[in-house]
Amino acid sequence: PRPAPRADETLAQIPPPRPPMAAAASTMLESLPAPLLRALRLKTKQQELLLRVSALALIYVLAFAVRLFSVLRYESMIHEFDPYFNYRTTLYLTEHGYSEFWNWFDHESWYPLGRVVGGTLFPGLMVTAALLHRLLRALSLAVHIREVCVLTAPFFAANTTLVAYAFGREIWDSGAGLVAAALIAVCPGYISRSVAGSYDNEGVAIFALLLTFYLFVRAVNTGSLAWSLAAAFGYFYMVSAWGGYVFIINLLPLYVLVLLVTGRYSQRLYVAYNCTYVLGMLLGMQIRFVGFQHVQSGEHMAAMGVFFLLQVFFFLDWVKYMLNDVKLFKSFLRITLTCVISVGTLALGIGTASGYISPWTGRFYSLLDPTYAKDHIPIIASVSEHQPTAWSSFMFDFHILLFLFPAGLYFCFKRLSDATIFIVMYGLTSMYFAGVMVRLILVAAPAVCLISAIAVSATIKNLTTLIRSKSKSPQTTGKTTGSKAAAKGAVDQPLPFQHNVAVALLLGAFYLLSRYAIHCTWVTSEAYSSPSIVLSARGHNGGRVIFDDYREAYYWLRQNTPTDAKIMSWWDYGYQITAMGNRTVIVDNNTWNNTHIATVGRAMSSYEDEAYEIMQSLDVNYVLVVFGGVTGYSSDDINKFLWMVRIGGGVFPVIKEPDYLVNGEYRVDKGASPKMLNCLMYKLCYYRFGELTTEYGKPPGYDRVRGVEIGNKDIKLEYLEEAFTTSNWIVRIYKVKPPKNRS
Amino acid sequence: MATPLRLAALLLVLVAAFASAARADLVVSRADRKVDLTSHIVRVLTSLKVENAGSEPVSKVLLAFPNIQAKNLAAIRAFGTEGKVKGLSSVLPIEVVEPSGVPPELTFFSASLHKPLQKGKILHLDVLTVFTHFLQPFPEEITQADSQLVVFQDSSHYLSPYPVKVQTLSIRLPGGRVESYTKYGNTKLVDSELKYGPYEDVPPFSYNPIIVHFENNNPFAVAKELIREIEISHWGNVQITEHYNIVHGGARLKGEFSRLDYQSRPYARGVSSFRHLIARLPARAHSIYYRDEIGNISTSHLWSDSKKTQLEIEPRFPLFGGWQTTFTIGYGLPLQDFVFSADGKRFLNITFGSPMEEILIEKLIVKVVLPEGSKDIDVSAPFPTNQWQEVKYSHLDIAGRPVLVLEKPDVIPEHNLHFQVYYKFNNISLLIEPMMLITGFFLLFVACIAYMHTDMSISKNSPSYLAKLQWDEVQATVQQIQGIFHQCLAVHDKLETSLHDLSRTGDAKSCKAARKAADAQFKELAKELKPLLLSVQSSPQSYQIWPKLDDLVAKERELQDKLMARHATVVDSVEKKQRGQDIENRISSQQQKIAALRQEVESLLEYLSEI
Repeated sequence: PRPAPRADETLAQIPPPRPPMAAAASTMLESLPAPLLRALRLKTKQQELLLRVSALALIYVLAFAVRLFSVLRYESMIHEFDPYFNYRTTLYLTEHGYSEFWNWFDHESWYPLGRVVGGTLFPGLMVTAALLHRLLRALSLAVHIREVCVLTAPFFAANTTLVAYAFGREIWDSGAGLVAAALIAVCPGYISRSVAGSYDNEGVAIFALLLTFYLFVRAVNTGSLAWSLAAAFGYFYMVSAWGGYVFIINLLPLYVLVLLVTGRYSQRLYVAYNCTYVLGMLLGMQIRFVGFQHVQSGEHMAAMGVFFLLQVFFFLDWVKYMLNDVKLFKSFLRITLTCVISVGTLALGIGTASGYISPWTGRFYSLLDPTYAKDHIPIIASVSEHQPTAWSSFMFDFHILLFLFPAGLYFCFKRLSDATIFIVMYGLTSMYFAGVMVRLILVAAPAVCLISAIAVSATIKNLTTLIRSKSKSPQTTGKTTGSKAAAKGAVDQPLPFQHNVAVALLLGAFYLLSRYAIHCTWVTSEAYSSPSIVLSARGHNGGRVIFDDYREAYYWLRQNTPTDAKIMSWWDYGYQITAMGNRTVIVDNNTWNNTHIATVGRAMSSYEDEAYEIMQSLDVNYVLVVFGGVTGYSSDDINKFLWMVRIGGGVFPVIKEPDYLVNGEYRVDKGASPKMLNCLMYKLCYYRFGELTTEYGKPPGYDRVRGVEIGNKDIKLEYLEEAFTTSNWIVRIYKVKPPKNRS
Repeated sequence: MATPLRLAALLLVLVAAFASAARADLVVSRADRKVDLTSHIVRVLTSLKVENAGSEPVSKVLLAFPNIQAKNLAAIRAFGTEGKVKGLSSVLPIEVVEPSGVPPELTFFSASLHKPLQKGKILHLDVLTVFTHFLQPFPEEITQADSQLVVFQDSSHYLSPYPVKVQTLSIRLPGGRVESYTKYGNTKLVDSELKYGPYEDVPPFSYNPIIVHFENNNPFAVAKELIREIEISHWGNVQITEHYNIVHGGARLKGEFSRLDYQSRPYARGVSSFRHLIARLPARAHSIYYRDEIGNISTSHLWSDSKKTQLEIEPRFPLFGGWQTTFTIGYGLPLQDFVFSADGKRFLNITFGSPMEEILIEKLIVKVVLPEGSKDIDVSAPFPTNQWQEVKYSHLDIAGRPVLVLEKPDVIPEHNLHFQVYYKFNNISLLIEPMMLITGFFLLFVACIAYMHTDMSISKNSPSYLAKLQWDEVQATVQQIQGIFHQCLAVHDKLETSLHDLSRTGDAKSCKAARKAADAQFKELAKELKPLLLSVQSSPQSYQIWPKLDDLVAKERELQDKLMARHATVVDSVEKKQRGQDIENRISSQQQKIAALRQEVESLLEYLSEI
């Protein structure tokens, strides 16, 4: 509203039509050469593009940079267990070339069985890293393959943000895409598997997974063959990278089925699914490890069934169109359906009965039924990342996304389309799987981010339009306002404090989002950036104490044992021993042979003389155990021991779990069962530990992990001798003595 | 232990045979030998007083060693002065010779004198010999608790082709237990110093074996191989990378290694092991790292002052006898401290050996990596080495960097001398790599621009392609139209300002002129606008925009009219000298409409620009 004019002045009250700032700016602009300025001034669209591109670029950099905590805090090194195998194979690939790698028989693991590495791994990750390495070499950048391996996961995580943006734009709008990119860039659920150094299949697989889904949704939206083809190649990359491709090959048919049931069948869907499925299947067969599973394994049958169903659907559609008679068509439909269903069931029945179609694997069962593994396959249940997810880890990994997820689902249902149905299904199924297994939070992370991004973007957009229209409304109260504004005004009327509430809500949203960012950074730096091979703790004076015992032991093995020495340890350390120690191991993290692992478990849980026979039969030269009693490192072999007993007992009934327990309680102190106190694992861990004082004021032989004084302090070894113990006692290596001369 | 005895017997037999060959006209009037056995590198300093008893001047002095010693001989240096009193000594060149009639069990070196020794004159000759692998551990395997015992074998008589009048031998031991030593007449052990002699009038080639068995727990650090890479960057850095493969060369560990014993009593249990090595780096060394094949090693300490940088590195595990480890240390040095230029050539002047203390290197390979484009490479080393050239490819190299490789076996701290590598290098070559990068990125951007501006569609007459072309055209035209409207708006603003001026100055005339000018401009712009609008209208792709555009044109026309009308009213009123209040009243309704119209026009323009 204009100020009331005053009487004593002339003419001065003509109000400038625009706010003074703008006028000043315009006069300033006028003083400059006009055409030049006009050329320089960006149109709104260009401004938006510039903003979008720079935001994306920043997100890209952020996604990469936030994953470098571990490199800055420790060093450029490979983390955990499995990545060491991947690193070793990549090294082999770069040194020997692809065909050698493809035909590689690794005699350093699973002694005496060995492992056909080329045929039992997903080569996607290694090939990717090797290609990146070759590319950099071609650009004459002399980087070591280790650096490439360390940075592969962050690089692909950064690429994932771009895919998330495109996906978000496809299912909602570019705003949602941007938010999705930003959310996924720092989402802890994803960061946990993609920090620098965590050189694992998941690092590239999540990128491939999201890419495949995006391309498929795009293909469904456009009905274009080109996008379907791209989706098939995305699927191929996923198959080559990770066993999680089974999720795709089951989600896509489920999605198609849902679309069919909800009456959303279209020509576009037909083209997209058929092309992607057929080509993807053929491409997937090129991976040796997968082979003919697409046509032979029970887990892949759903996709094939839906493929045939689509053909039938299409055929019926065509017949309906040609017949143009409802009655005739109905009878035809009845006949066709009966035929098809009976043929399908027959084929499946014969296939299963004859063994051509293999039944579902244990892992697959354990996903559908979380209690399955616990009862039937202890080796799967024993892996810590296969445990059911606790609420706290959901909160830890998703933070506010956990609350935004339902909100996003609401928005998706409000604006239902082929694309939103897909993301809803992806979100719901992956959330279920994330609940079954901790590690599958990773698969759920992109879906949760995308759905939450829809919630955030839609909410903020609504709020900002409210604020904008409100601030404009005083000027547009005139009669000439457009119909749109009028309609909005009509809605606006009943809510008096709308503007303030909108501002408050907006601030709240920004507060939540900033909390999310802070939480993610904190989680990344505190929880997910530890290489787990170098341990660190706070010293008495607040300084950082580094326990580098693992590498100390592995390097000792590498340098000071015969090159053909065979090392026996629990399977967890197999990959690290072969990669860092360069020695042959009996079992490793590729847990393909349960019996072999059970044999090791049996040796560890037997008395020394029995164990000696087993070790002799396996040609074992050294035994490696991990022991945390001195430092208080809790994930040591004594704490894992019950699983060795269980897995060993699963194959060799001589080993009985109750023998190691006292009244169902697992203990290592004086009250422990005699079998426990004299089994090989106990002896190797606590050999001469009884003489050591670990904590002031405690008796010697005080185990700092279990918090008890050990029960057997006088351990004598007859068939083994201590070969090496690391400076903090975390890794202990024993040498198996040669058999005594017969007298 | 049988070898020296047999050798001695053989020598005695042979003495007579080649006494004549040894040119007995030189006589050693005094020989004092000092053997240092404190470390695993054995240093023997022999001070000789040589007298020419013959008639002819002598220009060479022969030094004899048994082959078993000679094969372990890492360095031999001789310093000589002539005259009764010892003065400034000069280094004498030494070479291996094979005089006729000598037994094959002996190796002879000859020190050439700078000027022949005249009859009756006396020469003071100091010979420093350094032996490796001289001390044999005995027993060869010990437990963790044992200390390391070694055996030293030599002769109590100085082995010489010349008769020796007076001689002594003193052996410095590291100070521990002495298990046994060969006792002859005048032998005494005082405070870890073992003395033999003096012996008088010993004939040539006299060999009197002695064996000393003693405790030596000093680190027997032996580098099986050391590769030192010295990389010169003319951006200001000399980067040194040293790859060590170190082994404990002493008695091997047998039985258990108990960490408990080692932790609780490190000096009693584990006395023969060593857990750290000390490297003395140049003073301005920076960016020091210490790692191995599986990563960084966090156990190292660094002290530095203005004279030196001392790096104490601790391998991942203590080294017991027979244990080995490999690691890499690297550091940067300022270029100006080590690379100089003279006579149009540059040269690197740096020490040859390892910075580690008391380390024996069985095979040392020094690689000098010169910058890409270096020419005329030349080396001058103080001792003979195997040399060859390689090429190394590093970041952004095309031709590769020339690498000069020097190889030398059995390198000891005495070899830690400076050597020089001369080469020619043009500073312009420095800029090649940055220029390459700049060009690369430039080409990348050019390619991007070219890609954005080229038409990559395959079929040029498909309907969608044509539609796209038309749409582009419409967009271009709409952009022009927008430009015109912006000009219109600018003219509106001018009118406003003229009204402002009027309120300030009351100059109605100029105000009128402004209106006239604006009118003319409006007409001109309308003329420009017309064909553009027509073209948009005729295009089939404009069905979405056209209504908006139409609306915009109408609104703008109305706005123009309203503005002109108001302008006219105000100017009129001013000319009629009406009161401000009245003018205000008259135009207030117009004012509101104008503001509303203006807003609408602007929002329409915004809408258009968002297409």
